[in-house]
Amino acid sequence: MKQFIAFANKEFYHIIRDNRTLLVILGMPVVQILLFGFAINMEVEDIRVAVYDPTPDAFTTGIAERIRQNPYFTYLGNVHSMNEMEESMRKGELELAVVFQQNFQENAVHPGDAAVQLLSNSSDPNRGSIAVTYATAIITGYQQEQLGIGRIPFQIRTENRMIYNPLMKSSYMFVPGIMGLVLMIICTIMTSVSIVREKERGTMEVLLASPLKQGPMVFAKTIPYMFISIINLIIILLLSYFVLEVPVNGSLLLLLLISVIYILLTLSYGLTVSTLVDKQINAVIVSAITAMLPVLMLSGMIFPVDSMPRVLQALSTVVPARWFIAAVRKVMIEGQGFIMVWKEVLVMTGMTFFLLGITIMNTKKRLE
Amino acid sequence: MNKVMEVSGLTKKFGNFTAVDHISFDVTEGEIFGFLGANGAGKTTAMQMLCGISMPTAGKGTVAGYDIIKQNELIKRNIGYMSQKFSLYEDLKVWENIRLFGGIYGLREKIIAEKTDALLKRLDFEQERNTLVKYLPLGWKQKLAFSVAIFHEPKIVFLDEPTGGVDPAMRRQFWEMIYEAADQGITVFVTTHYMDEAEYCNRVSIMVDGRIDALDSPAALRHQFKAGSMDEVFRQLAREAERGD
Amino acid sequence: MIEVNKLCKSYGKQGKINALNGISFTVDEGEIFGVIGPVGAGKSSLFRIMASLLLPDSGTAIMNGHDAAKDYRKVRQIIGYMPERFSLYQDLSVEENLTFFATLFNTSIEENYHLIKDIYQQIEPFKKRRAGALSGGMKQKLALSCALIHKPEILILDEPTTGVDPVSRKEFWDMLGRLKEQGIIILVSTAYMDEASRCDRIALMREGEFIATDTPRGIIENYREILWSVEGTRMSALLTALRGYPEVKTSFAFGDKHHITVDESFQPDALRHFLADKGFHDVRVELAEPTVEDCFMAM
Repeated sequence: MKQFIAFANKEFYHIIRDNRTLLVILGMPVVQILLFGFAINMEVEDIRVAVYDPTPDAFTTGIAERIRQNPYFTYLGNVHSMNEMEESMRKGELELAVVFQQNFQENAVHPGDAAVQLLSNSSDPNRGSIAVTYATAIITGYQQEQLGIGRIPFQIRTENRMIYNPLMKSSYMFVPGIMGLVLMIICTIMTSVSIVREKERGTMEVLLASPLKQGPMVFAKTIPYMFISIINLIIILLLSYFVLEVPVNGSLLLLLLISVIYILLTLSYGLTVSTLVDKQINAVIVSAITAMLPVLMLSGMIFPVDSMPRVLQALSTVVPARWFIAAVRKVMIEGQGFIMVWKEVLVMTGMTFFLLGITIMNTKKRLE
Repeated sequence: MNKVMEVSGLTKKFGNFTAVDHISFDVTEGEIFGFLGANGAGKTTAMQMLCGISMPTAGKGTVAGYDIIKQNELIKRNIGYMSQKFSLYEDLKVWENIRLFGGIYGLREKIIAEKTDALLKRLDFEQERNTLVKYLPLGWKQKLAFSVAIFHEPKIVFLDEPTGGVDPAMRRQFWEMIYEAADQGITVFVTTHYMDEAEYCNRVSIMVDGRIDALDSPAALRHQFKAGSMDEVFRQLAREAERGD
Repeated sequence: MIEVNKLCKSYGKQGKINALNGISFTVDEGEIFGVIGPVGAGKSSLFRIMASLLLPDSGTAIMNGHDAAKDYRKVRQIIGYMPERFSLYQDLSVEENLTFFATLFNTSIEENYHLIKDIYQQIEPFKKRRAGALSGGMKQKLALSCALIHKPEILILDEPTTGVDPVSRKEFWDMLGRLKEQGIIILVSTAYMDEASRCDRIALMREGEFIATDTPRGIIENYREILWSVEGTRMSALLTALRGYPEVKTSFAFGDKHHITVDESFQPDALRHFLADKGFHDVRVELAEPTVEDCFMAM
């Protein structure tokens, strides 16, 4: 135990004395939160839409038909109650609901004023707002058409409501992504580099020639990075709460649990990388290509997984951050409970054990 | 005799620490000049200033006829450099290394090709032309590295511990190459930790705590310090050192 | 004691590079055993096998009764190993490095201070300085202190003096002499031939083989050549002239003299005349005592 503490201690010294790296580690989440906080618009496709129409008539079926035919929408069908609609939206199956007022056509003809509600799931606010824009355009188009064929003038009011992200902040979407990225960089890249550095500088040779066992040594090396990751996690959550005003809607405890599992997962991945390479530069390259790039491209951080080609969607299932980001979105933004994220938690736990297994198999007790 | 190197009062400070403390000396054309000193005495810093890659804090001097402060780019073009730590690219072939360094010093392709043939023949390396340098034995590597360092016929070549760890027979062959180069008029400026090699130099300087505390021919130094060998001379001087070691 | 029996090790595809070619030797308690040879002779491979860091292709290394391949855990407890490069943490201070290595071996600086006192006292004034800022000689002393702090039974030092100046080298060997008196077996490799005389026994190593194993004196007594030294001026030209003399078998520079090995019929006066004819006057030709370096070159 004393050895273990001495080792973790030594690792802390390495980190603390390397001012530049320390600055990067602690500054990175701040810079990224501020950079990504105000996001860019992106093309959205395959918006999953459903219609709630208590009293179907010519107008409502006409509008529904146009939405069904629109290439940007995937029509899931009609729902039969508001409850059903909400349920489906919470599960993430539904992204946009078109809710018609009762006796829509009658209202349109008689007082000349009919109302339709567009409810969007805006935990991913880009998609949400774009979905609403498309739907509004379709409804307006239908109205113009009807006026064109000489019917009496009437008006359709569209009311938009955001569910889960009523203020529609794009930062909501990025906070989980940044958490996924920052933790990945610190745990995977830093850990693998720090182990490989000992190989490169020759100190590994002395450690190997000592009675210290490989398992505890490698584990002791991860302690400081775990510690820093948790500090970063706290920084990100505080920044997002106070600067970006993103609340934690679900259980904070559950969010932390998910994060710790993810930290363990990315640390395991760092260890795996360190058993495969001998040079620091290779450790950086391998971690960057196999860890950072997938977080940016495939995790849903920037490009929604749903709008990816099927091949990439399949590929994204092996990216740890994809599961983490999905789980964090559900808990932090949608306020869901454990029932809704058990799958993500299970996948991440499984990945952790898998990577640890590989690491243990690959760890050498000699130089070659 | 022509002086290829003249420095006076050369000094380098890093903050409060004076790495090189007012050193003055000159080196004659075709001379083999041994530059000795304990670890940490300031040899490396002094060499860096002489090669034009580090700016002196004070003092002046010329190397190969160029001013070390104002014309350091010209110095770099007119000197050769070889160190034990780095001299050749291990993952390039023998001829590729020669072409690379010939190219760096601006030799024409045709001249490089001619000189490469002549060089490989002289070293008896012709069958190794296409061998990757990393597969050469250490002694061969060092011979090749030295040949590459003087390939562009510099006025002066700097050798930083060129023979560390080499087989004793190879070490002597290496020194014979140094003599040959000196006979052709190339001045050799060499550092070493082998005190027997100090004896092979025409003149030797010994640095202690950033200063040059002794400078003469090995025989004269032995006489001056009443010592039987250069090893003893060195020890007597280094013992006076106040720095770390 | 150390018993090494027919160690073989090769690297590369299909074992192309033979690092060790059937090495056998023993080292007794309280002995300094030197492995002397140039870079690439296989010294590091040999030491790494003995330090349980590499597995041999065949053969065994028994370290005080423990097989370096099978009982590697036990071996790692009883050896102190200092690899070729001084493997210290450059960003930790002198004291932190030493404390770390002490803890690694479940001991403390205080417990074994007597063992390193001699060496550590010289660097103790700088104990707050980071190891990266030490000079070569001081790094070497710190590395030795770290390798000694757990009171090893066997000390394995791979080229501890490479790149270190002659004064620090001499001090280092003095320290090894004192450690030997504590009963520690010391195994040391070097490329400096002049360090051979500081060992109790030496092995001359070349291309993965021990070409001779004996006391330094024994090695020199086995020298079969007739060795003369030649001293004069214009040493470079003198060497060329010597090579032109028929009875000279080999000739090479040796410090301020040249050493020549000659046929039995050699007459020094004849050589003096030969050289005088070529313009070398006041040349001294004397019978020379061979050194280990002469022996190495003759093999």
